[in-house]
Amino acid sequence: MTALSLAVRISLGSFELEVAEKLPLEGITALFGPSGCGKSTLLRIIAGLERKSQGRIVFGDEIWQTDDGTDFVPAHRRGVGYVFQDARLFPHLTVAGNLAYAEKRSRSVMSPIDLDGVVTALDLGPLLTRRPSSLSGGERQRVAIGRTLLTRPRLLLMDEPLAALDLKRKAEILPYVERLTEAFDVPVIYVTHAIEEVVRLAGHMIVLASGRKVADGSVEEVLERLDVRDATGRFEAGVVLTARVTGHDPEYRLTLLDHHGQTIVMPAADIAKGSDLRLRIRARDVVLATQRPEGISVRNILTGTICEIVQEPETAFAEILVDVGDARLRARLTRMAVAELALEVGKPVYALIKSVTFDRRALPAPPTAPALIRPG
Amino acid sequence: MDLPDIGPLWLTLKLATTTTVILLIIGTPLAWWLAFTHSRVKSVVEAITALPLVLPPTVLGFYLLVFLNPTSPIGGLWVRVTGTALTFSFVGLVVASVLYSLPFMVQPLQGAFEAIGRDPIEAAATLRSSPLDAFFTVASPMAARGYLTATVLSFAHTIGEFGVVLMVGGNIPGKTRVISIAIYEHVETINYADAHLLSAGLLTFSFVVLLFVYVMNRKFPGPIGLAGQ
Repeated sequence: MTALSLAVRISLGSFELEVAEKLPLEGITALFGPSGCGKSTLLRIIAGLERKSQGRIVFGDEIWQTDDGTDFVPAHRRGVGYVFQDARLFPHLTVAGNLAYAEKRSRSVMSPIDLDGVVTALDLGPLLTRRPSSLSGGERQRVAIGRTLLTRPRLLLMDEPLAALDLKRKAEILPYVERLTEAFDVPVIYVTHAIEEVVRLAGHMIVLASGRKVADGSVEEVLERLDVRDATGRFEAGVVLTARVTGHDPEYRLTLLDHHGQTIVMPAADIAKGSDLRLRIRARDVVLATQRPEGISVRNILTGTICEIVQEPETAFAEILVDVGDARLRARLTRMAVAELALEVGKPVYALIKSVTFDRRALPAPPTAPALIRPG
Repeated sequence: MDLPDIGPLWLTLKLATTTTVILLIIGTPLAWWLAFTHSRVKSVVEAITALPLVLPPTVLGFYLLVFLNPTSPIGGLWVRVTGTALTFSFVGLVVASVLYSLPFMVQPLQGAFEAIGRDPIEAAATLRSSPLDAFFTVASPMAARGYLTATVLSFAHTIGEFGVVLMVGGNIPGKTRVISIAIYEHVETINYADAHLLSAGLLTFSFVVLLFVYVMNRKFPGPIGLAGQ
């Protein structure tokens, strides 16, 4: 596994970015934060597209740039691929021409990536003779991903590749993106401001706000930490927990899961018994009760203990972390509720979960999914 | 009927072709620099490049005469190196035409490069294309319309020049007597038949060239126009 270590800074007008980080490049790493926090700039610095950036970048044992600025490996010699938010296909070439452009310039021959494999994996066959101007946004992004892969990059940088697409197109591209790393054996740094994409795709994440790193670590760890709340946006705050599928209820069309001896049910999904699923539970979907509630429609009620309460004096709200086994649920309540229920650290509570979303990576490929090309 | 002297026609085409080729070579990097630089001297260079658009050709011709004549440093150096004078020679005409037609090459190219912007060049770099490679395989084809316009305008403008040529080159048959000068002389000597012939020829040629440009502009898959889609 190659590591990427950086200690870089740049000032662009009034915007300042300064980030030091050592990234284990494995699977998909999300670079996450609100718009304007500098995540795209950081990605451009890694790619070598910001000549004004200062500081050190080392990829494995290769030095890409040094503090004194004497060594600056230009973008075209870094061997990284970059998928731009706006695809940036070459308008004077057909789709096949765009792909050939990249393949011709790829130097590594020992690679699991080949033209046929990429065309099949991304369903580009029907598009090959078309011009970029005649493609839909989603198609363009698929071609851009394929084109970048064909340079056989050692590291794939993706700058909000889905941001310009509507929901339907996003859903169309996501399955392709999530299979990239395993199918083509290339690590990815993925910039996004959508927490759903982080949960679905990434294993590791870095949170940026105003040009500074606020948090990093595994997605599960980072998302349960309260201090990144502002960067993730209040309403999207939540946690990720892992649960095992224990069975299915065909009558009510439900899937049953176990999390540390507690049962969670969710609408039926075609997942084999015994597989692990990552569930995302948003803070606004968690309700706390001090006694087990009766006569209520919510089916998922977990018992736990309050382990942290963060008051937000400027607002009506407080955030409560509840220990439920190996994970900590996050609940967003009014401060009034906290006071009237006398909630405090150590107090046992019932957490009612209104809604659960899950990470599709654990699922077998759906029938419409692209064929996968395995390395080797 | 006497055959009209076609010497000025060949000389004119030779001058326009040479000038256009030289302008393509020096105009491209200049236009590229102007399109992408953040330098403070950019405006100064732009203004200098545009000067031939507004100056009377006689002013340009006068200064060229001053700087290129054999007693000046540049003209003198040329005489020492080549043994011939720059003024009243074909080479002198080429130098004058290059300066005179510079804005017709640089401005369309600069516009085309600015319209393309940095984005496709960056994309090419991330596809492992060196800057020169990216220029020839991405920027140039995308700027095809700009190149067509710049080439045709520079060529046609060189053919149409008169004042600068007269000042720098005079009227030496086979060396500096281009069509516009020949027409002027035919009119001065009341040889209207030959003046008509050359004028009609130039008129037809110019019209056909411009028509070609506009037809190509319509037919060309205009990559510049697609950028925003």
